[in-house]
Amino acid sequence: MTKEEIISAGGSKVAAKPRLLLDVNMHYCPGCSHGVVHKLVAEVIDELGMEDTAIGVAPVGCAVFAYNYIDVDWVEAAHGRAPAVATALSRLNPDATVFTYQGDGDLAAIGTCETIHACNRGENIAIIFINNGIYGMTGGQMAPTTLEGMKTSTTPYGRRVDLNGYPLNITSLVKELDGTCYVTRQAVHTPAAVRKAKAAIKQAFINARDKKGTSFVEIVSTCNSGWKMSPEKANKWMEENMFEKYPLGELKNTVNPK
Amino acid sequence: MAKVIGTVEIDSAKCKGCNLCVVACPTDVLALRAKEVNDRGYHFAYAADPEKCIGCASCALVCPDACIEVYKVISN
Amino acid sequence: MKQHEEEVKLLKGNEAIAHAAIRYGVDGYFGYPITPQSEVLETLEALMPWETTGMVVLQAESEVAAINMVYGGASSGKAVMTSSSSPGVSLKQEGISYIAAGELPALIVNVMRGGPGLGTIQPSQADYFQAVKGGGHGDYHLIVLAPASVQEMADFVGLGFDLSFKYRTPAMILADGVIGQMMEKVVLPPAKPRRTDAEIEAQCPWAARGKHGRKQRNVSTTLELDPQAMEKNNIRLQETYRKIEQNEVRFEEYMTDDAEYLLVAFGCMSRICRKTIEDARAQGIKVGLLRPITLWPFPSEAISRLAERMKGILVCELNAGQMVEDVRLAVEGKTPVRHFGRTGGIVPNPTEVLDALRKEVIK
Repeated sequence: MTKEEIISAGGSKVAAKPRLLLDVNMHYCPGCSHGVVHKLVAEVIDELGMEDTAIGVAPVGCAVFAYNYIDVDWVEAAHGRAPAVATALSRLNPDATVFTYQGDGDLAAIGTCETIHACNRGENIAIIFINNGIYGMTGGQMAPTTLEGMKTSTTPYGRRVDLNGYPLNITSLVKELDGTCYVTRQAVHTPAAVRKAKAAIKQAFINARDKKGTSFVEIVSTCNSGWKMSPEKANKWMEENMFEKYPLGELKNTVNPK
Repeated sequence: MAKVIGTVEIDSAKCKGCNLCVVACPTDVLALRAKEVNDRGYHFAYAADPEKCIGCASCALVCPDACIEVYKVISN
Repeated sequence: MKQHEEEVKLLKGNEAIAHAAIRYGVDGYFGYPITPQSEVLETLEALMPWETTGMVVLQAESEVAAINMVYGGASSGKAVMTSSSSPGVSLKQEGISYIAAGELPALIVNVMRGGPGLGTIQPSQADYFQAVKGGGHGDYHLIVLAPASVQEMADFVGLGFDLSFKYRTPAMILADGVIGQMMEKVVLPPAKPRRTDAEIEAQCPWAARGKHGRKQRNVSTTLELDPQAMEKNNIRLQETYRKIEQNEVRFEEYMTDDAEYLLVAFGCMSRICRKTIEDARAQGIKVGLLRPITLWPFPSEAISRLAERMKGILVCELNAGQMVEDVRLAVEGKTPVRHFGRTGGIVPNPTEVLDALRKEVIK
């Protein structure tokens, strides 16, 4: 059946580009997880009626142009400083729902200090953290979350812990801080995972709106260009390697405890 | 018996041919164009076997470029 | 606190900044402790303005975080400020560059101490270059105000914000440890209320504060990869700077009418020079003073005009010779320009200045 036939038979549209995702080609590589997460953020903002009140804080990294894709007000932060920028936006604009969207280099290397302290103060913000274990924008260098043995352009023979230290599990660290109310680790590699990730992002935005403290949503992601794999293989590699160090699931939820 | 019928509309200009929708589809509806490319040189996705579509929207969920629309009806 | 009316108080310069900020209707202050300016944050925390005006006060985790909080707040059209001292202001430079590039209003206070490095906690004016030449990366300027009294510490909070919002560019109060720490009588202005959301929307239609029904989203960004567009951004900034240079030069002359020699000094050094002038004139030496109030834009024209009839100029600074370069550029060789400075946190007495004038200029 064509879409017209389905509609005339009483059917409906069940999936489409989110209204708040701007109609432009995103600059991301084919298969990049960023696109999926952008889509979820746009859907969540729309579903929660936050188009007029949401303020996004974009990072430096692949998502630096996030402000070109989601139709809300944005502030583009200096590298790593998004949680500090969001802190001020949230405190000075109490009616706004403020979120940051950051990669692993931005959030867990250069911005570790701002991340830890914003979470520890319990800033009423949602932090969306894309962890693909690599610096994508600058061409595939080692990130703080790069796995042991993983090859990058600055660890061409694989990450060695004696030289480069251990992969940083920042999400587990953030869970321990009293200021966080919701800490979860998700992925977007399957339809089921996408649904779960969306629910998590939605919860984070609700918490930020309701001033419950800091919500932290890690999305374990792929960087197929940086990893030098097809998108499909990258998803498989992520399942087989990333999930061991960064297991999916809810780490903390003081708002809706199970 | 009720039957679920679906259809997909793919914005071939926006598709980057990442193949994730093809992998996600449980009924093998989708494929990438083998020879044809869009303006940006990508072998875009299309419904190679549209009759099999059940409108589950798995393809749209995993699509990073939000270029898939899915329609569904339950017909008796 | 009788905020609704003018009030006379005895305050440290740093405390005056805090009082003036609340009375101006500042929306947010983000700071980090560092000597000799910690009283700004301490005073604000003690006054608890969030209970009265709704002003946000936050001790950040670092100077870097504090300036980025200022960047965030300014992006939403709020009147926001930070204060620090030399090493801390070095840390803020990246953020200041972003605020300038983003064409955002903000106030940064630097109560200078001696450097380089960790240096000393004693007074200095060695951040002149950093303040007036840009400081961070890229082609930009700050409006730099140099207070020479506790009264001016208070007054320049309002002036700094007014200019900053007028031109959409950050302003800096460049004070020294002496002005920050000393106590003087100060007249605090009557408090004015913080701007309402509607007033902010009207004054700052560019502010990223949530769309609130606007059709177009507002984005505060400094990134532009298209060279043509990026050059346009630079040209627009430079046009703003030319306007500021035309309209906002501020300086003060003291006993220059009959002067044969000119001292040029700012901040605490200008006060020492006033005493030098008294002493010199008692000995028959006709000396005057030009005190730049705005270090950028610099009073080049005034100095050039005075240089026509001076036998020599002595630039006095608490550094190894920084403003002297701008004075020489302004004088263009019309008369000899010499420098007198002390560093390391040493504040010279008026006699030392007079000795230097005799030795270096009068000869």
